[in-house]
Amino acid sequence: MKIEILGVGCPKCKQLTANAEAAVKELNIAAEVVKITDIDRITEYGVMITPALVVDGAILSAGKLLSKDEIKKLITK
Amino acid sequence: MEKKSMCQEAGVLIFPCSGGSDVGELADRVGRKMAKCGQAKMFCLAGVGAHVSGMLESVKAAKKIIAIDGCPVQCAKKTLEHAGFSPIPFNLKDMGFEKGKTTADDAAINKALSVIAGA
Repeated sequence: MKIEILGVGCPKCKQLTANAEAAVKELNIAAEVVKITDIDRITEYGVMITPALVVDGAILSAGKLLSKDEIKKLITK
Repeated sequence: MEKKSMCQEAGVLIFPCSGGSDVGELADRVGRKMAKCGQAKMFCLAGVGAHVSGMLESVKAAKKIIAIDGCPVQCAKKTLEHAGFSPIPFNLKDMGFEKGKTTADDAAINKALSVIAGA
């Protein structure tokens, strides 16, 4: 599984990355968490509000600072 | 889009119809003025109509969604509803602007803005 965090570097983006990493750790799954800060790559996804959570290319959330538990629910759906 | 604005709260999002007629132009200019004044963020109605997933997820983060239509066809309102959103609709026709008889000048923009901002 590839989890991408889209964000240009604000505190919310950093926190979402940390929450995603914690969710992966708790679920004990093989997943790579990658931070995407390049604005051109972010807008290629059509995302206008960050942070955004992308799992295996699918945008699951934008503009929300999801908690670890919310991320766990989304990625195990 | 600027980096700074991407990280801000979604807040109020505004979707003018931006149609090809004079009232479509007025709707567009009203939306742009609201965005410039910081009253709302202007988003791409076409992106919502195309169901661009990143765009749809971004709109879900909005506290309030405003549709500004130039005429009673209500393309902006209907496009947003088709994508599952419930916008607050404004129609320039209700403010006295007639298709084919409207000039999108400062007076018209300010008149429409006063109605939308006062609602």
